[in-house]
Amino acid sequence: MIPAAFDYARASTAEEAIALIGEYGDEAKFLAGGHSLLPLMKLRLAQPTVLVDIGRVPDLSYIREEGDQIAIGALTRHMDVETSPLLHQHVPLLAHAAGHVGDPQVRHRGTIGGSIAHADPASDLPATTLALGATYVAQGPGGRREIAAKDFYQGFLTSALEADEMLVEIRVPKMNGAGWSFQKFNRRAQDWAIVGVAAWRRNGDAGVALVNMGSVPILATDVASALASGASIADAAEMAAAQADPQPDLNASAEYRVHLAKVLTRRALEASGV
Amino acid sequence: MTTIETTQSGDRVIGQRLLRKEDPALLTGEARYTNDLQIPGALHLAVLRSPYAHARIVKVDVSRALDMPGVRAAYTGADLASMWAAPMPCAWPVTEDMKNPVHYPLATTTACYVGDGVACVLAETDAIARDALEAIEVEYEALPAVVDLNDALSDQVIIHPDLGTNKSYTWNLLVEETEGAVDAAFASATYTVSERYVQQRLLPMAMEPRAVAAVPQPFGGDITLYSSTQVPHILKIMTAITLGIPEHQVRVVAPAVGGGFGSKLNVYAEELLCMALSRKHGLPVRWNEERSENSMATIHGRGQIQNIELAADADGKLTAVRVRLLADMGAYLQLVTPGIPILGAFLYAGVYHIPKAYDFSCTSVFTTLTPTDAYRGAGRPEATYAIERAMDALAREVGVDPLEIRRRNFIRTEAYPYEAFSGLTYDSGDHDLAATKAAGLIGYEQLRARQAEVNVPGSTKRLGIGMSTYFEMCGLAPSRVLASLNYGAGGWEAATVRVLPTNKVQVVTGTSPHGQGHETAWSMIVADKLGVDPADVDVLHSDTAISPLGLDTYGSRSLPVGGVAVAMACDKVIDKAKQIAAHQLEAAIEDLTFEGGSFSVQGSPDRALPMAAIAFAAFTAHNLPDGLEPNLEAQVSYDPPNFSWPFGTHMCAVEVDLETGKVDLLTYVAVDDCGVQINPLIVDGQVHGGVVQGIAQALYEEAVYDSDGNLTTSTLAEYLVPAASDVPSIITGHTVTPSPTNQLGVKGVGEAGTIGAAPTVINAVVDALKEFGVTDVPMPASPLTVWNTLNNARANHSSGGTS
Repeated sequence: MIPAAFDYARASTAEEAIALIGEYGDEAKFLAGGHSLLPLMKLRLAQPTVLVDIGRVPDLSYIREEGDQIAIGALTRHMDVETSPLLHQHVPLLAHAAGHVGDPQVRHRGTIGGSIAHADPASDLPATTLALGATYVAQGPGGRREIAAKDFYQGFLTSALEADEMLVEIRVPKMNGAGWSFQKFNRRAQDWAIVGVAAWRRNGDAGVALVNMGSVPILATDVASALASGASIADAAEMAAAQADPQPDLNASAEYRVHLAKVLTRRALEASGV
Repeated sequence: MTTIETTQSGDRVIGQRLLRKEDPALLTGEARYTNDLQIPGALHLAVLRSPYAHARIVKVDVSRALDMPGVRAAYTGADLASMWAAPMPCAWPVTEDMKNPVHYPLATTTACYVGDGVACVLAETDAIARDALEAIEVEYEALPAVVDLNDALSDQVIIHPDLGTNKSYTWNLLVEETEGAVDAAFASATYTVSERYVQQRLLPMAMEPRAVAAVPQPFGGDITLYSSTQVPHILKIMTAITLGIPEHQVRVVAPAVGGGFGSKLNVYAEELLCMALSRKHGLPVRWNEERSENSMATIHGRGQIQNIELAADADGKLTAVRVRLLADMGAYLQLVTPGIPILGAFLYAGVYHIPKAYDFSCTSVFTTLTPTDAYRGAGRPEATYAIERAMDALAREVGVDPLEIRRRNFIRTEAYPYEAFSGLTYDSGDHDLAATKAAGLIGYEQLRARQAEVNVPGSTKRLGIGMSTYFEMCGLAPSRVLASLNYGAGGWEAATVRVLPTNKVQVVTGTSPHGQGHETAWSMIVADKLGVDPADVDVLHSDTAISPLGLDTYGSRSLPVGGVAVAMACDKVIDKAKQIAAHQLEAAIEDLTFEGGSFSVQGSPDRALPMAAIAFAAFTAHNLPDGLEPNLEAQVSYDPPNFSWPFGTHMCAVEVDLETGKVDLLTYVAVDDCGVQINPLIVDGQVHGGVVQGIAQALYEEAVYDSDGNLTTSTLAEYLVPAASDVPSIITGHTVTPSPTNQLGVKGVGEAGTIGAAPTVINAVVDALKEFGVTDVPMPASPLTVWNTLNNARANHSSGGTS
């Protein structure tokens, strides 16, 4: 549980952080809340040679209304997302899902940006923001660019962020009264989901995304399409795993994951009735 | 029944829910654990562990590690071979012909499990030592792993070639009124059940992993061993023998210890390595276990395949019990490994009356896995699980309610003290009372009615109700009984009570608390005995220089043996004080009474002398009876006449989600009878923790190995220790049936919750799924396991044509 040796640099601005990561190259990692990275380092599954600590970069922790979106700074802690009145009003699905991340200690340290940039398919917030049609804002040496959530997740723990880019903001459309549900299935409250489903429905529209059903968070567009073309919830939920590629582990066989995805999607859609 | 002798006329301290005096230091982080000790100049030990479950060690090269800055030394197993006076100790050779592979702190020729030490490093910091492990080059020749118990028994791959077999021993207990009684009972039985259960391996997972520091004196050869251990006294003897150090030169100290659950009732390689290397280098050597290292290098619990058969007459009354166990020893025998299944051997008839028709046999085998040993309950939860699951099977067979089948078979209250089939005497019990109380607390009849209402076709949930009625055979133990089991030590306990000149009291106990609250409980016993405030009693323990006599803490023994010894020492102090009082009051000893901390002459209450005056008089020695030694101190070594037999009934309700397989534990009721309760708050704490550990075995925890013998659950992300958020509030109830075998009327309680909980939960899960033909759900009953079980049952059900 002692990490391999590494150097440490603290950035005081986003620009400085990006310059530092550019300087150190591939072997450097951003450190925000540290709740994904540090356990991997302690097990020596990750051995970055430099940590660029962005935890004290000012102005990256905020939740504010911008037109028909809510903008969330990447360093916003899960606890702040969970308890934000603005999110409860406009994006309650995200606030609720944030309350299911880890345990209270994790939620007070971990950040939404760190969780999304880590791109773990078993984490709650990548799939939830994917279901909501979020846009992520990346900042690099050349300035900022927007990446749609559906284009962001490229492989296991791999995102569309360039090596010298930093995730700085998450932009989530207001839900405008949509019904919603977050179904997290796990054995202990603090665990990652064995399977999770984030879903919303509004009139004929729906968004459904799956946690831990493949190497990336899965946007289950087949379910939304089926609903749009008039399928019943039960029939649409049968499509839940059509785009997934679940892997077996200690808690689930692939077959069981497919079954759970269907059951949980059905429950999520039923609970999202408006 | 025995009642407590008390000297106080007013409120007794015993029975009060006093807050624990240990807790402020523990809760604020002020308590000093072994790894908190500041030891200037200490070298840090790190152990290189085999990544193979079974491999020949072809070559070990430590030269690159030695070149690293900060590394002081590195050793292979062969380098240290000459340092050991004896192999690693096993103190419980259960049979004459038991096979016990010789093993040393580091393996020399063959690694026999993933985690087996093959080399070690001494360095200036822990981080340097662990980095240096990566520089040691080991050439292994991989050999086949032996993971499955039946594979082990087949001897196709023999782990210890010099033994010629993987079988360590077969131990039998056949009790028959007349020869053939068991077979005859089964032949004439109206009902029989034959069940097979698997006790999965568990990781004890104490909150504090192990830690060791050996500190040699610069001259003379004395050495102090600090260790996160439950057994400083046993450790002192065993390290002296293993290392060939004169015993009087070894001092063992257990600083604050963060839990053990049996896993620290042992003598470990790292303790011996720190001792040996600190002597070799003339410097302190310390070692601190990492969490994932703890998963592999600290003993595991359970690991048995159980076959149990019951025979019953037309009323469902038991007429015979037959048990066959196959037990997993792991790669080597640790301190009491072979005895663990045997500790359960007497309990497979549970709290039920049976004639002399009992046939128990246990065969134990080696595997290429971490050694097993004592884990909370040690053999007794396994036994209780088997009989309590089998009693539910019998209830199904007979067609009566599980509570009713138990009531028909309970040992009757008026039969106590009860001589069991085995010849053991059960001290006291009232099983029907405990069961009735539990049934009342959970609302058993109403629950059954609700179950009939809600478990209907169309619903995706099923309500299940489970119970177990159990014994906790504890208070280890009468030394003569231990002798008959070939155990390598006695079961007595020592206590010294010393009244200081200012009437404050020092208690020296041979027990070694690591979370139990002995300082509080022993203070309460002394407070009532001597009429002092519990705050004026200091309890000293866990240091062999301060407490030279003792046999430590395990097997729910501390109170019924060590606590009783404290009470007896108080009696001796009172007897001595009475002589001084009689002398100074010029009264006859038999005319004195002692009450509320004061001696008075019967019939002349104005002629009195408080203990405080006597304490000071014993110190000044100005006016003592002729020949009386000037102190107010007494020592007792107490060998209990019997085990203690706490008992109780646990009940729970679960809801199983048929779609996902998830088990939701709705309500849990624990009615435990541990005799007289010194501090009911501590009793509740023991029951809560124990129940959660039993629930953990039932629903969450399993040490999972792959077919190559790799532990795949070595971190707390995979090994699912439940948290407070995962279990319901536990409803505790108590009945109090004092033990007649000791003056306090107490029994142990440390293991009761764990013993009762696992069968209670699994019986409930099986009960929920009975309509689908489910008769067993393997532990842990994870959602995946329940879902698979249900799918198989449904497939069998429909193919069987009994829709």
